[in-house]
Amino acid sequence: MAIIVHSGTMDKLYPAFMLASSASALDVETHLFFTFWGLSALKKGGLEAAKLPGLMRIGTGMMKGRIREAGVPTLSEMLAMCKESGDVKIYACSTTMELMKIREEDLIPEVDEIVGATAFMAIALDADIQLFI
Amino acid sequence: MMKGMVDEYVVNRTLDARGLFCPMPIVKLKKAVKEMADGEVIKVLATDPGSKRDVEAWCRKTGNSLLEASEADGVFTYIIRKGG
Repeated sequence: MAIIVHSGTMDKLYPAFMLASSASALDVETHLFFTFWGLSALKKGGLEAAKLPGLMRIGTGMMKGRIREAGVPTLSEMLAMCKESGDVKIYACSTTMELMKIREEDLIPEVDEIVGATAFMAIALDADIQLFI
Repeated sequence: MMKGMVDEYVVNRTLDARGLFCPMPIVKLKKAVKEMADGEVIKVLATDPGSKRDVEAWCRKTGNSLLEASEADGVFTYIIRKGG
C-alpha cells in the first residue's frame, strides 16, 4: 500500500497511521510519503503539535482528551507501533524540505528516506492500494 | 471427517483487548500470534464491535484459523489457531 500524506493535521494523520498499522497487522507493506503540509508531522515534535484543521483547531485539546479516554494511541505511539512492525516505511519529500526550509536534522529518526516524487511513484506503481490523504 | 464435531483445542494464550478500538485489537493479536508456535491457540477478548469483521478478515488474510466467535454481555470472544 502506498499513501501520500499531504496534510499535517490530526484528522488526516490519524487515518493514515491507522490504515498503516492495520495493514502491517496483515503483513501488508506500507509506504507513507509525507509531502507539503504532511511533512511538518515528521519534524521533531511535529506529531505532538498536530492540531485539528482550520477553525476546529480550538477543539484539539478536547479531541485529544477523547482519544485518551477511548484508549486510542497518540500519533507518536501510532508511529512507533508502525515502525515496530517493520512493514511501514516513512518517506520525506525532498522538494517540500527545500520549500519549507526543513533540514534532515530537523526530522524525527523514524524517517527511512528522503525521496522525490518519482521514487515514490516507482513504489506506488507496484502497490495494490494507493491513497492520497 | 466427523460431521458436527467441535474442534478440540487447548487455549495456550489469552489476549485481553477489552476497551481497545481499531486498529489496536488486531495489532496486538498480530504481535501475540507472531510469538506463538504453529497449531497453538489464542483466546481473544474484545469489546470493539468492529472486531468481529476485523478478526475474521485478519484470520482469512493471514492464513490463521478462527475456530470460534461468540458474544456475551458486550464482550466478543474469539478462538484462533495459528496456521491452517
